[in-house]
Amino acid sequence: MNSTLLRSTALRSALRTAAPKSAARAGIAGTTFVRGKATLPDLPYDYGALEPAVSGQIMELHHSKHHQTYVTSLNNFSEQLAEAQHKEDIQSQIALQPLINFHGGGHINHTLFWENLAPTSQGGGEPPSGQLSKAINDSYGSLDAFKEKFNTALAGIQGSGWAWLVQDTQTGNIQIKTYANQDPVVGQFRPILGIDAWEHAYYLQYQNRKAEYFKAIWEVVNWKAAEKRFQ
Amino acid sequence: MSAPSYTLPKLPYAYDALEPHISAQIMELHHSKHHQTYITNLNAALKSQAEAVHTSDITVQVSLQQGIKFNAGGHINHSLFWQNLAPASSSDAKSSAAPQLLKQIKATWGDEDKFRDAFKAALLGIQGSGWGWLIKVETGKEERLAIVTTKDQDPIVGKGETPIFGVDMWEHAYYLQYLNGKAAYVENIWNVINWKTAEERFLGSRADAFKILKASI
Ligand SMILES: [Fe+2]
Ligand SMILES: [Fe+2]
Repeated sequence: MNSTLLRSTALRSALRTAAPKSAARAGIAGTTFVRGKATLPDLPYDYGALEPAVSGQIMELHHSKHHQTYVTSLNNFSEQLAEAQHKEDIQSQIALQPLINFHGGGHINHTLFWENLAPTSQGGGEPPSGQLSKAINDSYGSLDAFKEKFNTALAGIQGSGWAWLVQDTQTGNIQIKTYANQDPVVGQFRPILGIDAWEHAYYLQYQNRKAEYFKAIWEVVNWKAAEKRFQ
Repeated sequence: MSAPSYTLPKLPYAYDALEPHISAQIMELHHSKHHQTYITNLNAALKSQAEAVHTSDITVQVSLQQGIKFNAGGHINHSLFWQNLAPASSSDAKSSAAPQLLKQIKATWGDEDKFRDAFKAALLGIQGSGWGWLIKVETGKEERLAIVTTKDQDPIVGKGETPIFGVDMWEHAYYLQYLNGKAAYVENIWNVINWKTAEERFLGSRADAFKILKASI
């Protein structure tokens, strides 16, 4: 995992379960970079624990196959990138960027996603409190109004992607943003809460009725995790 | 203020006709739900567009463009896709049904297997939802083949481009049967490619390939 991916506090905390066994070594041009393997984080609940909102079969495939593939590919392309950096091969480094973005993004997004879900017995679906609750009410009027806007954003994604509640690191304001494919929330925005709108996230249970998935997912949203990311 | 209205084309075979390579459940949902939704949304967007044209509301017209592209693309792509598939037992599903195209494929990629490998690699390289296509590109007097991938529902509508056949790489196209094993889908789809249709599109004009899309007004 490239160290720049771990710069934001929210991400660092989200990815701590997948903390790489990192080994620092001298990089090119006198800088140091950390190289370690990304690993699949354990789910903080059982595969079946989010039923009936999300089936155990979906959770198992989604975590053990899809997320694992992002992790494996990220490690593979990170290694190639380190190699290209070592050889000062700029063309290869540039060619690898979209692959790092895609697979690294897939790893980051799913890691954050598992954390921002929880079984109802562990607080899933309980509304937010404190500062985040206040920010949502200030911006959207009510939690229900926010969910409606969020679901509209999810439904509007053309193709594969994610919808996120993000915080603008410059203004502190919150907003809903959609991201294509596995583009991660980086840069100006801090991820607070994300919902996977790829078909693999719901298809075995909801097929083409994705609006039902978007409605049901709120029953297992872990607002406590979202509150921790909010600053 | 009449806008064209598109309707769902009938499948040229039964929902279960592509089994075991594509399950009947996938085909039925894919055709009757997914494709239908693109058409429904396209018709609604075209109606709004006609109204916006009528009232000379240029901002509304512009704001409708992306939705029209996406849903029209979905309609175009799926209409072409159903036609470029055929039951595995049919003689149309053998590459020998496309002698001229095959000649050009061999001239371009060396042999049919190398072409298939290149096509499969392109399909598996798609990040997110999209399609892989074999297309014919006409540049002046020249005519060549190319493998291209498109994201989401972007259709093949570039200058001089004619789609020969396409493969849907959205997860809804294979997930109920293949789950995360998309490499197996990409392998098995070759059993149900309609080479007769491919040959016709290769030899015909662009307008011929798209004639299935005539709207009812
Ligand atoms: Fe996912
Ligand atoms: Fe499709």
